[in-house]
Amino acid sequence: MQTDIQPYRSRLGDPASKRFGTFSYLPPFDDAGIRAQVQHIVDRGWNCAIEHVEPSRASTQYWYMWKLPMFGERDPAVVVAQLAACRAANPHDHVRLVGHDNRRQTLGMSIVVARGRPT
Amino acid sequence: MSRYDAGVKDYRQTYWEPDYIPKDSDLLACFKITPQEGVPREEAAAAVAAESSTGTWTTVWTDLLTDLDHYKGRAYRVDEVPGDPERFYAFIAYPIDLFEEGSVVNVLTSLVGNVFGFKAIRALRLEDVRFPLHYVMTCGGPPNGIVVERDKMDKYGRPLLGCTIKPKLGLSAKSYGRAVYECLRGGLDFTKDDENVNSQPFMRWRDRFTFVAEAVHQAQAETGERKGHYLNVTAPTVEDMYERAEFAKQLDMPIIMHDFLTAGFSANTSLANWCRRNGMLLHIHRAMHAVLDRNPHHGIHFRVLTKCLRLSGGDHLHSGTVVGKLEGDRQATLGWIDLMRERFIPEDRSRGIFFDQDFGHMPGVFPVASGGIHVWHIPALVSIFGDDAVMQFGGGTLGHPWGNAAGACANRVAAETCVQARNEGRHLELESREILTDAARHSPELAAAMETWREIRFDFDVVDKLATH
Repeated sequence: MQTDIQPYRSRLGDPASKRFGTFSYLPPFDDAGIRAQVQHIVDRGWNCAIEHVEPSRASTQYWYMWKLPMFGERDPAVVVAQLAACRAANPHDHVRLVGHDNRRQTLGMSIVVARGRPT
Repeated sequence: MSRYDAGVKDYRQTYWEPDYIPKDSDLLACFKITPQEGVPREEAAAAVAAESSTGTWTTVWTDLLTDLDHYKGRAYRVDEVPGDPERFYAFIAYPIDLFEEGSVVNVLTSLVGNVFGFKAIRALRLEDVRFPLHYVMTCGGPPNGIVVERDKMDKYGRPLLGCTIKPKLGLSAKSYGRAVYECLRGGLDFTKDDENVNSQPFMRWRDRFTFVAEAVHQAQAETGERKGHYLNVTAPTVEDMYERAEFAKQLDMPIIMHDFLTAGFSANTSLANWCRRNGMLLHIHRAMHAVLDRNPHHGIHFRVLTKCLRLSGGDHLHSGTVVGKLEGDRQATLGWIDLMRERFIPEDRSRGIFFDQDFGHMPGVFPVASGGIHVWHIPALVSIFGDDAVMQFGGGTLGHPWGNAAGACANRVAAETCVQARNEGRHLELESREILTDAARHSPELAAAMETWREIRFDFDVVDKLATH
């Protein structure tokens, strides 16, 4: 049975319509969901990093780095703790988790794990 | 020193050398030969080597003015075709001097030239070519490559998603732009001109480009994500092709498209060079390929066309889907998508790869899985292709009961949920129904798409199967 035709809700002026790449069409991940993606980065041999930015500047390539990429860190708990620290220090910013694939010189993953609100 | 001896010799006296050890710099080819009755294998193989390199049907005195032993192609091995006693594989080595640098045109003119009409054989198929790294280094290759495209488009850790605008022909430029806008705002990364959209009376190219550019820019502003539309610059002349490419650049579009076989390799290589100089991504369509590659006994295998395109230049190439409406054996498809993406592809007969192939530092090409795919195929596509591919929908976006934006959103939700599940270690093909059904609880667009297409499958037998024991 087909439901009635629905309008597509997306508006230029609505911050909720803004998307941020991979997984931004899924509901926000809970802590276990984020931890599973961190584990995936570690399992692939990539290096985790954290970046954040003011929502008004979200479309730029270069967000602020939270410290340095965590080269060689294999404990997801450490990465998750750093994500929490970054969010606490920058409550109004978008925060993303990045997996640097140094062998292929690209990002194996880049996902926004927290959306900031414009101040 | 030898004397001139006019007349006709058996080819195998000159062109069959079973003891020859191929050099690293040789270009190697594997042909599947169907000989005329009574022609021995070695003679047929030697004939193919001769006709595709230095030989002609009779001895000529000018042969003695050069060192033919240096320039000739040599048949050095014949192998059984498993399960087919009538045919055999012939391996031929060509010295690199026979080919102009950076010219797949020249390579093909030799290897698939006159020899394909040769009377001594009933049918001939070029199965694979090993391009020596020395030769690869003379070719331009993909203008950008997978890694650079990801950076430019800012998309990581998932397949890219596209949609080909339908109906293929007949829309006005303004209506066409509408269809593009709706797909892109709904969550796709790319939309695409169909291959036969060039510049017809109902929609001239300049109008199409202008309306599409507005659609792309509007969707980018709305979603905050980078978007593109493959603007087809395939044209009756190369001058027209360049004019269209330049206009796409003026409109600040990130990607254009070309049909490499109907337009030809010279045009394609020139366009790839233009893209490299101008920072433009290049999507390659393969119209006409099935004319060349579908007959298992005669023609050119798609893996050869794939290698030629990677050398000539392109950032995307249609690869087949395995699961959709178009032909494509799974193992063979895995073979040629490796040839698009990897640096080194080892010989693997189970995937139809006859030679080790080293591409050195040449960038990789995104395989484009296109043809009759929809949300139910996405788990298998993520499993088969991994992240470095473009899933190119058509009806699977546009046929959504609520329209293109909802269709695009359904595609995107399905792709992302599959990537999430895979990253969590789940088995996409075994758990596909459960994974999609869970995601649909949060996405009415996906739920409607799953309802619309739940019964559609494409289970015809494959015509060109790999020969196996």
